[in-house]
Amino acid sequence: MTGRRLLYLLPLVGFLALAAYFLRGLAPGYDPQVLPSALIDKPAPNFTLAGFKGGAPLSNADFAGELVLVNFFASWCVPCRAESPVLMDLARRNVVQLYGIDYKDKPEDAAKFLQTFGDPYRRIGVDETGRTAINFGVYGVPETYAIDRAGRIRWRHVGPLSEQVVRTEIMPLLKQLGAS
Amino acid sequence: MIRALAAAAILVGLVHVAFAVEPSEMLSNPTLEARAEAIGRQLRCLVCQNESIEDSGADLAHDLRVLIRERLKAGDTDAQAVKYVVDRYGDFVLLKPPVEPATYVLWFSPFAILAIGAAGAWLYLRRRPVPPDEPLDLNQRRKLERLLLDDQ
Repeated sequence: MTGRRLLYLLPLVGFLALAAYFLRGLAPGYDPQVLPSALIDKPAPNFTLAGFKGGAPLSNADFAGELVLVNFFASWCVPCRAESPVLMDLARRNVVQLYGIDYKDKPEDAAKFLQTFGDPYRRIGVDETGRTAINFGVYGVPETYAIDRAGRIRWRHVGPLSEQVVRTEIMPLLKQLGAS
Repeated sequence: MIRALAAAAILVGLVHVAFAVEPSEMLSNPTLEARAEAIGRQLRCLVCQNESIEDSGADLAHDLRVLIRERLKAGDTDAQAVKYVVDRYGDFVLLKPPVEPATYVLWFSPFAILAIGAAGAWLYLRRRPVPPDEPLDLNQRRKLERLLLDDQ
């Protein structure tokens, strides 16, 4: 008999399970459109891109053996403007080397963008066709990847970086991967 | 007015769909083009997330359509071309997710819920057998007749 009584609690248990699931969806900062990267812990794709404004070409061999952040950006991308102070701050604190990949952009527009918002990058490659971005699994700018000393992708962030992302994700990651 | 607006909206939608694949993207070889379109219909546009890359007007969808056509021209099989995209964007790019441990809940939970419901219904019906109709005995029939007469 008690067994049957307990059965009456089943709908309540079901409701609580659903409520917990929906609560997760309401959590601040949760965005169901953000996708996990398929390349986490896999080697970063090889690329060789034209250098920015006649600079030397950028390839992943340029940061072999280094822990770096690679940031895909574009002058036409509004969230890139929002994240530029965060990138500038990272560059100023010199906690990690930043490489930029200018995605489907006109060089003169990108130059104007960097003049206005600052240039946090050590080097910039120009991905005019967007093929390098596809190889990284980029589906919208800005996106930021952490590549470890062994050349593997360890972390990806979709959308603009914020102080909070730096504090709660990037700094712990750098610590874990042993940034100097 | 509302009808006219709705018609206009549908028309705009049709034009949008019809123009998603641009003529300049199409391959001259109709067999290859048909294969490319079939593959494109299986792949999700990651920008809009509810359209296939074949239907989407997004820039990335265009790039992926061109990429698929390049892979096919280079001699890829359909499976190789799909894998090329999945390797970069993950299983989410497939509009029809593969059956694997991570997607068991997605694929099999409807059947599990159906089974739970069927089991519940079976238990419920088994516990309450319908009593068979017994003919009334003489006393009961008299009582019934009296009641019916009283009513009139």
